[in-house]
Amino acid sequence: MTTETALPPLATRPPARSRASYRRRRILTSIGKHAGLTLLSLVMVYPLLWLVISSFKPNDLIFRDLSLFTTNLTIENYVNGWNDLQYPFWVFLLNSSILAFGAILGNLISCSLAAYAFARLKFTGRPILFAIMLMTIMLPFQVVLVPQFTIFKELGWLNTFLPLLVPKFLATDAFFVFLMVQFIRGLPKEIFEAARIDGAGHFRSFTQITLPLMVPALATTAIFTFIWTWSDFFGPLIYLRLPETFPAAVALKGFLDVQSSSDFGSMFAMSVVSLVPLFVVFLVGQRYLIKGIATTGIK
Amino acid sequence: MSSLGELRSLAVGRKGGPKVKERKPDNKAAYLFLAPWLLGVVAFTIGPMLASLYLSFTDYNLLKSPIRNPPPFVGFENYELMFRDPSFWNSFRVTVEYVLVSVPLQLGVALGLALLLDRGMRGLSFYRSIFYLPSLLGGSVAIAILWRQVFGKDGIFNGFLAIFGIDAPGWIGHPDYALWTIIVLHVWTFGSPMVIFLAGLRQIPEMFYEAAAVDGAGRWRRFRSITLPLLTPIIFFNLVLQIIFAFQTFTQAYVVSGGTGGPADSTMFYTLFLYRTGFLQYDMGYASAMAWFLLVVIAAFTAFNFWLSKFWVFYDD
Repeated sequence: MTTETALPPLATRPPARSRASYRRRRILTSIGKHAGLTLLSLVMVYPLLWLVISSFKPNDLIFRDLSLFTTNLTIENYVNGWNDLQYPFWVFLLNSSILAFGAILGNLISCSLAAYAFARLKFTGRPILFAIMLMTIMLPFQVVLVPQFTIFKELGWLNTFLPLLVPKFLATDAFFVFLMVQFIRGLPKEIFEAARIDGAGHFRSFTQITLPLMVPALATTAIFTFIWTWSDFFGPLIYLRLPETFPAAVALKGFLDVQSSSDFGSMFAMSVVSLVPLFVVFLVGQRYLIKGIATTGIK
Repeated sequence: MSSLGELRSLAVGRKGGPKVKERKPDNKAAYLFLAPWLLGVVAFTIGPMLASLYLSFTDYNLLKSPIRNPPPFVGFENYELMFRDPSFWNSFRVTVEYVLVSVPLQLGVALGLALLLDRGMRGLSFYRSIFYLPSLLGGSVAIAILWRQVFGKDGIFNGFLAIFGIDAPGWIGHPDYALWTIIVLHVWTFGSPMVIFLAGLRQIPEMFYEAAAVDGAGRWRRFRSITLPLLTPIIFFNLVLQIIFAFQTFTQAYVVSGGTGGPADSTMFYTLFLYRTGFLQYDMGYASAMAWFLLVVIAAFTAFNFWLSKFWVFYDD
């Protein structure tokens, strides 16, 4: 840096004469910017809006009239789509919900336990275990896929939810362990010291101090787990082969397989139904989502 | 700090976080807390990793139980078959092409918009929500189904082009363009890296810009000399992680192509080919070899990225 900083930055200040035009230019740039951003927002959400509107259009109109504005709306597609597959759609939604809430429970318990150890306890082998934990976040799952599938097949767990739920209770989503470690590290150390002096052991320090303080991290974990489990396609695709065990994501695929009927309306309607829970979570949990991404830097 | 940042500082040998007063290790308590995770790592990560390495040297067929009839050891046969298989190389090429195009494109858009949205902008949280929504929904089957229709022959994209009198083909059904529709889908989900960039921008002290303005630095100069260098670690981490994830793309390719990888194998992504080999043709030995090759490729890309980072990533330490 130069030594001339003491001088008033006269050169950078616009002369009084042009200050009005300077301000006008700024307002114009601002309007341009907002116009551009609004246009982009429209382009971004247009496919979603089209999906929703189309799901309320009669089948023969969906591709004949691509506009969003129509008066010819019907809920027929929802009625048909609900019963189009081997089972009514609520079966698949129920399966998705069981998988999602089971996974949330598993992740909350197992990841918070591991995170407490990594963030608060000193133990032999910590650096190496911590490094392993970080690396498992980045490990492509294909490399463990075949043996995992074999284990679950030999256990007779195919067509049950166990292969999709049991790993969650063993903290295999290391990403959340890391998220919680980050959070616990950010808590003031004095609280834990005070608890220790008052004679609280690690179990009490975990249940009565750490858990209540890390509610935001738990919320972020729950929300992300919900979204990822709800959208998960590969896991259910390989482990669940009986239609009554399908979650919504796999059931939707059924509409593609019977595409001969070209019943786009039903397919769109059930697509919308399967997106609604994600959208609700987005509305409710946005704050946690955005914080979660920002602090851990993944997805 | 991101997970990659942690790993880097572990590797460089700096201790993360402030030093705690030396205490006796609580091994018993710690391993109790870690028990579920440890069991998971051994049973579902490290164990299976080693097992799949072994299986990649065997003729393991999914239909035969490996416990009752252990698969015969065949040496490098799976790897030899794989490297001579044009379908394998096609899936590899498709995936690398996808990674090399979609990741920089998505991050570029994310960075551009983060810069545009930064600092006291009116309506920031509104735009941020709108732009973030697609990345939240983008991984679902419903969106991939929607994409088939958006870029189909009679889809809204062609409907839009028709306004300008352009008569376009069905993009999904055309071998030259099908991959591009999946790339567009990926770019559409730029919201989450954008949020990471926004958080990074917010961490740059306002002071730096004030000092630079006093020194007479213009907007471009401030961007070049302050914003960009301080943002490079975040760009780098985003790049590394997005590349790792992009290599594993499955759902979109599966749904958009109806599970076939078509037309003409133009969307036969690596993981889709691996799935078909292992779970539809039951050749789990070959699939394991493919998985390990993928791991090596991803590791190589990541190592190359780290090496390259010496020339452009700015670390203030």
